[in-house]
Amino acid sequence: MNFQFASLGDFLYMSGHGPFVWSCYIVTAIALVYLVVRPLRARRRFMAEQKRQQAIQSRTQSQLETAG
Amino acid sequence: MAWQWFHRLGSPRWFYEKSAPWLPWLGALTAALLLVGAVWGLAFAPPDYKQGNSYRIIYVHVPTAVLALAGYYVMAISGAVGLIWKMKLADMVMKSAAIIGAVLTFLALFTGAVWGKPTWGTWWVWDARITSMVLLLFLYLGVIALQEAYQSRDTANKASAILALVGTVNIPIIYKSVDWWYTLHQPATIKFTSQSTIHPSMFYPLLTMIIGFYCFYALALIMQTRVEILQRERRTQWVRDIVEGGEKGKGKREKGKVEGSTA
Repeated sequence: MNFQFASLGDFLYMSGHGPFVWSCYIVTAIALVYLVVRPLRARRRFMAEQKRQQAIQSRTQSQLETAG
Repeated sequence: MAWQWFHRLGSPRWFYEKSAPWLPWLGALTAALLLVGAVWGLAFAPPDYKQGNSYRIIYVHVPTAVLALAGYYVMAISGAVGLIWKMKLADMVMKSAAIIGAVLTFLALFTGAVWGKPTWGTWWVWDARITSMVLLLFLYLGVIALQEAYQSRDTANKASAILALVGTVNIPIIYKSVDWWYTLHQPATIKFTSQSTIHPSMFYPLLTMIIGFYCFYALALIMQTRVEILQRERRTQWVRDIVEGGEKGKGKREKGKVEGSTA
């Protein structure tokens, strides 16, 4: 098993097919990263929003208790 | 008694807690396989005697297409399970699978089009395989749209599960399209029942990429489903506890650390 290209430039150029091959790999990489980052961001957003909601709920509950 | 595991499997909380320790391992395995497979395919596999270097697109095109199809089974089967046994977790998996499947189908179509240009001389052709893959993309998008289309969670789940099940008809058509209509897209070169027509030096990097994509699919599906669980179960006490105090396991470990340091 050998490196199939003479130089780095040759590797990027791929005898003229470089733009096709590399664009495929780059778009695929971006899409895969998106699929991992999407749930991570959604999770962070959920945690922040839910923390806020629960804080409001416990505040109103304690207010009700002191009023009653 | 014998069915206990099945019911436990349907519990979102059980899944959420059991899946957490898997994620770092699955993530590391996925990254390693995809990195090795991509470098192998791009730099070390020999060029194709007819197509030259453009064939290297196969190492992303075939795995994305394979997972786009396998992912449809995941979506349709979990849709059916949700429909029949009213299992909450199955509906969440169905929704997560739709998003991932749509992205993978798009990737298969995109890389196919880019591969087509230097090989067939055209970006696009209404070949049977390609057309049925476009239909697959619309099925995925349809399920995503139906999930958002109803006020009631229950109705949305039912409608999208039925669409997913009806769309299953398309899957054998995609598989068989290259044999039924012999147009531009080449038939499969990896066969289970007879000798594969791909050289081992090209097959092993491809196999690495396919396994890597399977791992990636599992990782993405688990991550997406975990968020879905939190959102749909946000009124339950166990989710409220997680939001308040971080993960239960983490909290325990940190406590242990503090005690250890004072001793």
